[in-house]
Amino acid sequence: MDIFTMLLKLGSGMLVSVLIFVLTLLFSLPLGLLVSFGRMSKNGFIRTVTKVYISIMRGTPLMLQLLVVYFAPSIVFKLKVPAGYRFAAVIIAFVINYAAYFAEIYRSGIESIPKGQYEAAKVLGYSQAQTFVKIILPQVIKIILPSVTNEIITLVKDTSLAFAIAQAEMFTVAKQISAAQASIMPLMVAGVFYYIFNLIVATTMEKVEKIHSYYR
Amino acid sequence: MKLLEMTHVGKNFDDTEVLRDISFSIEEGEVVSIIGPSGSGKSTFLRCATMLEKMDRGSMSYLGECACVEEDGKSVYASREKLKDMHKYFGLVFQNFNLFPHYSVMKNITDSLVSVDKISKEEAKERAAALLSQLGLSDKADAYPCQLSGGQQQRVSIARALAKQPKILFFDEPTSALDPELTVEVLKVIKQLAKSHMTMIIVTHEMQFAREVSDRVIFMEDGIIKGQGTPEELFETDNSRIRDFVGKLSGN
Ligand SMILES: Nc1ncnc2c1ncn2[C@@H]1O[C@H](COP(=O)(O)OP(=O)(O)OP(=O)(O)O)[C@@H](O)[C@H]1O
Ligand SMILES: [Mg+2]
Repeated sequence: MDIFTMLLKLGSGMLVSVLIFVLTLLFSLPLGLLVSFGRMSKNGFIRTVTKVYISIMRGTPLMLQLLVVYFAPSIVFKLKVPAGYRFAAVIIAFVINYAAYFAEIYRSGIESIPKGQYEAAKVLGYSQAQTFVKIILPQVIKIILPSVTNEIITLVKDTSLAFAIAQAEMFTVAKQISAAQASIMPLMVAGVFYYIFNLIVATTMEKVEKIHSYYR
Repeated sequence: MKLLEMTHVGKNFDDTEVLRDISFSIEEGEVVSIIGPSGSGKSTFLRCATMLEKMDRGSMSYLGECACVEEDGKSVYASREKLKDMHKYFGLVFQNFNLFPHYSVMKNITDSLVSVDKISKEEAKERAAALLSQLGLSDKADAYPCQLSGGQQQRVSIARALAKQPKILFFDEPTSALDPELTVEVLKVIKQLAKSHMTMIIVTHEMQFAREVSDRVIFMEDGIIKGQGTPEELFETDNSRIRDFVGKLSGN
């Protein structure tokens, strides 16, 4: 295999990794907010269900969750899964796992907003939805940014877990080539990729935090 | 006309009766101070009047419109829309300001005018600017709450409440979180409002201020009104309990 073919393969793996990352964030950030509402619900049943869900997601390895999501439909439920299910399984597993982590982050942020903010908004006539969107959420976002940054950086590295179900992302590809060519080079390339990816994430989040630093 | 009328108000937190049979009304232009020891239910009373808390017994109406009536010994509230609409009649100034930290002073004042009361942005800004200049804060329009002193923050929160052009303004210990020098500037603003015949209900521990500014002073204890009258009447009462309380807080 010439170096060009190798880089091309690595490049396509890179693309898949980035896609897993983007799709996971796109779905898990809003889903996490929804889950955090469930976790704080007045309804005891909803509260218990979300609590159990969060505890399972955080208490078991993501790799195991990936395997379950990928194999359960065919093995347990005897369903015929479509060819593209591998990638879908990766996204589903990542989204439900990360939503659980984000839910707890949202919850801690929401609970740290003083009651007076809600009361001031209520007296001024804001509806509950307006209060949450205009008054509470912007303050929550500022508070949780550092924790969210941590999660996002972990996610970049976690995308390599898709290797467990042979999804051809960066790490999987690098390992394949490396084994076939008896060369450590592809793995080095992968390492550099993850590092640069995270560098970009960290700088971006730093900028976002700066945007929010105009008030205390 | 009575702007606010509350009759036989009762409120429990779990098993404790925090308000017991309070009847209260206020006329247009009247300034009423509420004094009383800690835990006597002053804040709870204000929170019931401003609908932050639901009362358990008694009735309440603003400008003759019923917010809640008593049926079979229980308060029954009007519809949600009706109650939401009635919020235009009153404003509340909190002890710790509760300004929105992520909004500038201007936006703190104008945002609810625009997004709740559907007033045009231009008019909202004009109203805010006029109030800020009246309260000596014209240069702070673009500042954020964290850049202001406590006294300035409290004046902004007064401006935020006034911008809604309420019929009644409630204050819950508006100067308790402030240093003495800052207290003075806030009290000055409230006195100014009293002069312009703003209807106000003020919970305060500042006896001298209550005496100067009020048309009527109410002494609350154990969830009931133990005495009320003009400042002269109340502060020179024969009731030894009230005299002791006032004396202690006046520092003489
Ligand atoms: N949300 C609540 N849950 C339970 N008890 C409460 C609640 N709010 C107030 N109370 C109790 O009700 C009583 C009256 O409280 P309130 O805050 O109205 O007193 P206050 O006269 O405003 O006192 P202070 O001068 O200290 O502000 C107190 O015993 C208080 O502990
Ligand atoms: Mg109080």
